[in-house]
Amino acid sequence: MIESGTPAEPDNKAKTDNGNKAGKPASPRRKPSRKLRSGRSIVPRETIAGTTLIFVIAIMTFLACITLGAVSMVNNSADRWRSDISREVTVQIRPTDSVDMESAIRQATQVILGFDGVSRVTVLNPAETARLLEPWLGSGLDLEELPVPRLMTVALTGDTEPDFSAMREKLEAEVPGSSLDDHRAWVERLTTMAMTMVAVGTGIFLLVMAATITTVIFATRGAMAGNRDVVEVLHFVGADSGFISSQFQRHFLLLGLKGAAAGAAGAILLFIILSIWTSASLATPEGDQISALFGTFTLSWGGYAGMVIVLFLVAGLTAFTSRWTVHRQVNTLQNYRK
Amino acid sequence: MIKFENVGLRYGLGREVLSDLSFQIAPQSFQFLTGPSGAGKTSLLRLMLMSIRPTRGLIRVFGREASTIEPCQMPVIRRKIGVVFQDFRLLNHLTTYENVALPLQVRGHMETSYRRDVIDLLDWVGLGERMHVLPPVLSGGEKQRAAIARALIDQPDILLADEPTGNVDPPLARRLLRLFIELHRSGTSVVIATHDLTLMDQFDARRLVLNSGRLQIYD
Repeated sequence: MIESGTPAEPDNKAKTDNGNKAGKPASPRRKPSRKLRSGRSIVPRETIAGTTLIFVIAIMTFLACITLGAVSMVNNSADRWRSDISREVTVQIRPTDSVDMESAIRQATQVILGFDGVSRVTVLNPAETARLLEPWLGSGLDLEELPVPRLMTVALTGDTEPDFSAMREKLEAEVPGSSLDDHRAWVERLTTMAMTMVAVGTGIFLLVMAATITTVIFATRGAMAGNRDVVEVLHFVGADSGFISSQFQRHFLLLGLKGAAAGAAGAILLFIILSIWTSASLATPEGDQISALFGTFTLSWGGYAGMVIVLFLVAGLTAFTSRWTVHRQVNTLQNYRK
Repeated sequence: MIKFENVGLRYGLGREVLSDLSFQIAPQSFQFLTGPSGAGKTSLLRLMLMSIRPTRGLIRVFGREASTIEPCQMPVIRRKIGVVFQDFRLLNHLTTYENVALPLQVRGHMETSYRRDVIDLLDWVGLGERMHVLPPVLSGGEKQRAAIARALIDQPDILLADEPTGNVDPPLARRLLRLFIELHRSGTSVVIATHDLTLMDQFDARRLVLNSGRLQIYD
């Protein structure tokens, strides 16, 4: 029968004496000769499929940045198209037997210049008109033989918009055979197209982000399953869900930053390379086609800034998603209520 | 401290492994929980630890009905309970020192505030020279002592130990028992689940004997 409270005598015969917190004796103070800490986090990193997750996050971020860059470019191009078109209107005068075309042009010019907001009226000469019609009617055409309307382009100051309804009415009243096209139909079409592309791009961007979140949720659950023992031990020694979540969150934030930085850097590099390539091939048919679609294919600083924001957004989202997933699972573990 | 009233437990649709358990663990008490293998000692400890729910009956822990404890309050309750698992449950990627310091770390203490205490406790349980190694390198007895040190480091109000001497030789078992008695004298309630009669004969304490899922108490 043990009667006295003699403390455990260790195998290695460490000396003990009385009196510290756990009712245990204090030992002579000595400096440990080797490292007490393993230098590893409570959640071991090798149990989380880090490389795979970094790779997936990099791809997701790359796709998100490409989408964002494309949307940004289309948006900028559409703005440019809209701005170009809205700075100009066209007046057309159809030839009729009773109309002297030259006097009708002079009359129309006077009428147009009488409105506020008009800066210049340019009349397309027959040669320029022939060049416009060349794709449809071929070259070497004598326009004198055809009833081709004359076109006048009206440049606007941009400060105040002329009253197009009044201009149209006055032209029709004073210049027979004339008509005004303020390009509104084109502007509306371009706006609709641009908005559609932006909406589609935003949708793709959101889908990519949703896929990223889902991937991180599965990765976190996998990591939780792989670290079930660790989580249980932490739970039984009194760790709250905040502490356990933060152990995972820190690790996932690092993974998210690595993957997102790689993906965003890839996308930025791709845009820079494409920008250089299109600048170098401006005079070629390929370059012209790309320029027609994307302008100079140069991403604005806002676009690049957006990609950097996506980088931090993905990393933050990765950390937050992992924290939320762990939090929920630990709460389930800690819920003793029926 | 812990009070059971007509508690029963069954796993799934099987028969009740624990039936009509009514007892309480008083503050600063010492008791052995014993019975043949498969009698339900570990299940009873898990009920006390609130890691499983009873099928019926009432469990009160620190004056609160266990089934009404909010999840956010559970860590606060757990911090008052020290546990020594039968399979130790040490984290193999952390050193012995880190494993023992874990309860203090999760409570948000700075390492400078507990470093000395952890080293002293490890010295006291005879792991002074093994505190820097990883658990896979430790022997069964050393793992056992590391697990015990982890349970004691923050001087819990109650210690639940499942077969704490199951993996050690008789001399070491006696030393570990002395350690628990010492802890008990410093104010902690101790529940030791064991089927080692020799160990129980070394200290005159209350015995909770489980047999076929029913409990008999010998004060």
